Amino acid sequence: MELPLLSIIVFSPAVGALIIMALPKHRHNDIKLVAAIASAISCLGSIYAFFTYDTAAGGIQFEEQFAWIPAIGTSYHVGVDGISLPLVLLTGVIIFAGVLVSWVREQRPREFFALLLLLVTGVFGTFVALDLFLLFVFYELAVLPMYLLIGIWGTTRKEYAAMKLTLYLLIGSSIALAGVIVAYVDAGLGTFDLLKLAEAGFEPGLQTLLFLPIFVGFDVLGGLWPFHTWSPDGHVAAPTAVSMLHAGVLMKMGAYSALRVGVLLLPDAAQVWLPWIVILTVINVVYGATVAFAQRDFKYVIGYSSVSHMGYVTMGVATICALGSSPEGAQLGLSGAVMQMFSHGVMTGIFFAVVGLIYRRTHTRQLPELGGLARKLPLVAAAFIIAGLSSMGMPGLSGFVAEFQVLMGTYKAFPLVAILSLIGVVVTAAYILRFTYMVFFGPLKEEFRGLPPISAAEKFALAFMCIFIVGFGIAPGYILQIIHTGVSEFLAAIQ
Amino acid sequence: MDFPILSAITFVPLVGALIILVFKKGQEELIGRLSIAFAVVPVLLAILLWVNYDQDLGGIQFQEDYEWIPVLNSRYTMGIDGLSLPMVMLTSVLSLLAGLYSNFTIKERVKEYFISLLLLEMGMMGVFLSLDFVLFYVFWEIGLVPMLLLIALWGGPRREYAAIKFFLFTLAGSVLMLLAIIAVYLKTDTFNIIEAAAAQPWADNIGAASLAFFGFFIAFAIKLPSFPIHTWLPDAHTEAPVCGSVLLAGVLLKLGAYGLVRMPLSMFPQVFGRFVVDIPILPILAVISIVYGAMVCMAQWDLKRLIAYSSVSHMGYVLLGLCAGAAGIYLGGDYLESANLGLNGAAMQMFTHGVTTGGLFFLVGMIYDRAHTRELRDFGGLGVQIPYYYGMMLVTCLASLGLPGLIGFWSELFVFRGAFGTIPLYAIIGGLGIVFTAGYILWKIVQHMFLGQPKERWASLPDMTSWEKATLWPLVVTMVIFGIYPMPILAPINGFMHSLVENLAQILH
Repeated sequence: MELPLLSIIVFSPAVGALIIMALPKHRHNDIKLVAAIASAISCLGSIYAFFTYDTAAGGIQFEEQFAWIPAIGTSYHVGVDGISLPLVLLTGVIIFAGVLVSWVREQRPREFFALLLLLVTGVFGTFVALDLFLLFVFYELAVLPMYLLIGIWGTTRKEYAAMKLTLYLLIGSSIALAGVIVAYVDAGLGTFDLLKLAEAGFEPGLQTLLFLPIFVGFDVLGGLWPFHTWSPDGHVAAPTAVSMLHAGVLMKMGAYSALRVGVLLLPDAAQVWLPWIVILTVINVVYGATVAFAQRDFKYVIGYSSVSHMGYVTMGVATICALGSSPEGAQLGLSGAVMQMFSHGVMTGIFFAVVGLIYRRTHTRQLPELGGLARKLPLVAAAFIIAGLSSMGMPGLSGFVAEFQVLMGTYKAFPLVAILSLIGVVVTAAYILRFTYMVFFGPLKEEFRGLPPISAAEKFALAFMCIFIVGFGIAPGYILQIIHTGVSEFLAAIQ
Repeated sequence: MDFPILSAITFVPLVGALIILVFKKGQEELIGRLSIAFAVVPVLLAILLWVNYDQDLGGIQFQEDYEWIPVLNSRYTMGIDGLSLPMVMLTSVLSLLAGLYSNFTIKERVKEYFISLLLLEMGMMGVFLSLDFVLFYVFWEIGLVPMLLLIALWGGPRREYAAIKFFLFTLAGSVLMLLAIIAVYLKTDTFNIIEAAAAQPWADNIGAASLAFFGFFIAFAIKLPSFPIHTWLPDAHTEAPVCGSVLLAGVLLKLGAYGLVRMPLSMFPQVFGRFVVDIPILPILAVISIVYGAMVCMAQWDLKRLIAYSSVSHMGYVLLGLCAGAAGIYLGGDYLESANLGLNGAAMQMFTHGVTTGGLFFLVGMIYDRAHTRELRDFGGLGVQIPYYYGMMLVTCLASLGLPGLIGFWSELFVFRGAFGTIPLYAIIGGLGIVFTAGYILWKIVQHMFLGQPKERWASLPDMTSWEKATLWPLVVTMVIFGIYPMPILAPINGFMHSLVENLAQILH
């Protein structure tokens, strides 16, 4: 019998969570070990899937389908294609790195790791779900633990941030759910299966009505302006691994669901609404970068940088509007969006890991109070600089591969948008340079002279993430092949 | 020749940088020596290229073309022709001299320094050799980060400010260039620079062509640098460490000039010509750079800052030459000969300025090392105290101001001969610049530093050491020999410009 690879990837963290809850709460090392193993299994599984996906064959692979609740027409139907596979890999990488970075957590680690792993199951599940009901279940599973994770283990204004984040995301997903249910009823097929619903087709009037609730409902999690305000507060308040996961992966979940559900089911409406939504994405990019520049709290800088970079993702999705006039533009734009989801995910994982490392040692995130840290933590500085260069689109790193494609596609579809978005690149460079300097260079404060050095776990986590940024930057061929396969099929499906 | 010599020239420095990566603290000397070794190889390869380049055949030679990013339709294409040949030579020699000089002057974070230097060399080479837009852009950007590090970590008191300003200005330009590249690609369906130029995108739509033109132009004008977007240069040059300034002024600025020829001039000659002849914005910018740059030099008391501004002025000659070329092509007929001359001058000036200003920055470094000041007021009568240095400085300064018999003369001659034939008004105004140049060089530099009464303070100032001499002699020899006999440099440049002018004239008329 074929190994149910995806189910192993999805449920290994959940199993780990259950085991952890069964352990006595003082057995910290065992708890962490179980967490590490569970996340490692998922990580290795996702790497395996990534490198064994058959790009020649394409389509959905590693598919599994079991009956679940036939009464409402939902089955346990999972599979990956060229679009979701990189995201599964991303999740694996980030959760493993996240567990390593959280190794020193002493406050109630049992509940922390259990909730974290549960959350990750939800994320993996969302990316591989091919049944809408299943997708929603996993989606909510990824959102709900956030409230506890931020509220209990968070920092700045944690209760407020936790509440705001959870409410925003729940409201967003509820609106999307409402739209999905209407679609389900209208299709009359009695199934939630994504592929079957996509084939069914909906009449343009209904599509236009449902698109905004579904697309925007999901893209709230993707940080679409002006529904992004949960993000900076949420990310800042969250503990390090949670921020890494959230900015790194969950936001992609939102954009991905908007694409997979909104655009796939309602392609005609997408053509109508996306030219308006793309205006919002420009604001994401430029406004997000500008606000990042103005921050005094290091973590807020990264939070807003995520808002800015997620703008490129939705911008790339919007290039499908060029499908009629220039299919090549749409192909590049959408590929760029998926690449950006992966690249930014890893990049922001590095960013938040670095911020967490520094905060744990210096107990401050205020920029004026930091400085000169490159002398004490050179590897941390190096990782941050690599991620920083990637975020401003430096060739040789994965961010360039992503932004270049998005730019090309967007220029074809909405030339003015492409031009305006470049302002974001320059502002991004400005704030990255400024904050790299303020944190890592300049004079080292007296009180920081005795900072503990980087630990082995932290070193590995950072190096692990950097490998992907550099590797896929220098040799993007393989990941681009996967993404392009997925994107061409997606575009073919919506035409 | 099947050996991928161009890739070798570009990537040998990278190999060196990677090898240096494994060294630890305490092995500085070895790192320094190794860097020199890795910098010698490109020089040897450049000489090989020079000797084997077929002047009669001309055009792109030693071309390499491999698949690179199929999904983007971008190929790894490299080639060298009469324009890039002198540039490659210049880059390799200046990088070697910089490596040599750094061996004796850089004591902190030696490993990181040499890695940056080697990566910078790779970036610069790659830009000159790339024939694919994406490849060009990649190398262009890759060159920015090492220079940023060189300025920010080993520079002067205001280094962070200068470094960030340099990076952001250039990045803003790059971003515009990226947009223009994408626009051209979507119009011509190719990322190959030569093919795109041949396709003459938007030849019938002057409006769209103008937009693309300015996208490229502004990016390269920032790098050149041309007034009014030159303001990053004085700070960057002044604050950079010696070898940073040498490579910045010696090579990086030429990237801008090179780009101007390869892209805006070759792809949109009608737009370039229009903005020189019909709406003369560009020659105005050129002469402002020349004259204003020279006047600001006259007002400087910091030697390094003075030389920095002299770059603004000298690169103005390049722009003037390019304008003359564009005007001649645009007007056609009898003007073509002047166009050819103007362009020759511009390309020669690229080479000349690299050699002379590279030399000047080395010399500034040397005097600062000894005297720990760059204030011209502090100096005086050094001609007596350090005669060897005086001699070298004098030759370099005279070459920089264009004294006949030294290399600078030819480039200025050709630029002005070309400009007189096509855009005479600007040639005349630009000629003023020559007077001011002589002014600041002779009065400010030579007189204040070397003439007059020797000062007590400098009584025991040591003259040049053997390695300092070793650094300067190649440059001085170049200035003298090619000043007397410029043909070896002129021949490939002329070959390239002649065919360029012919081709473009044919297209336009």
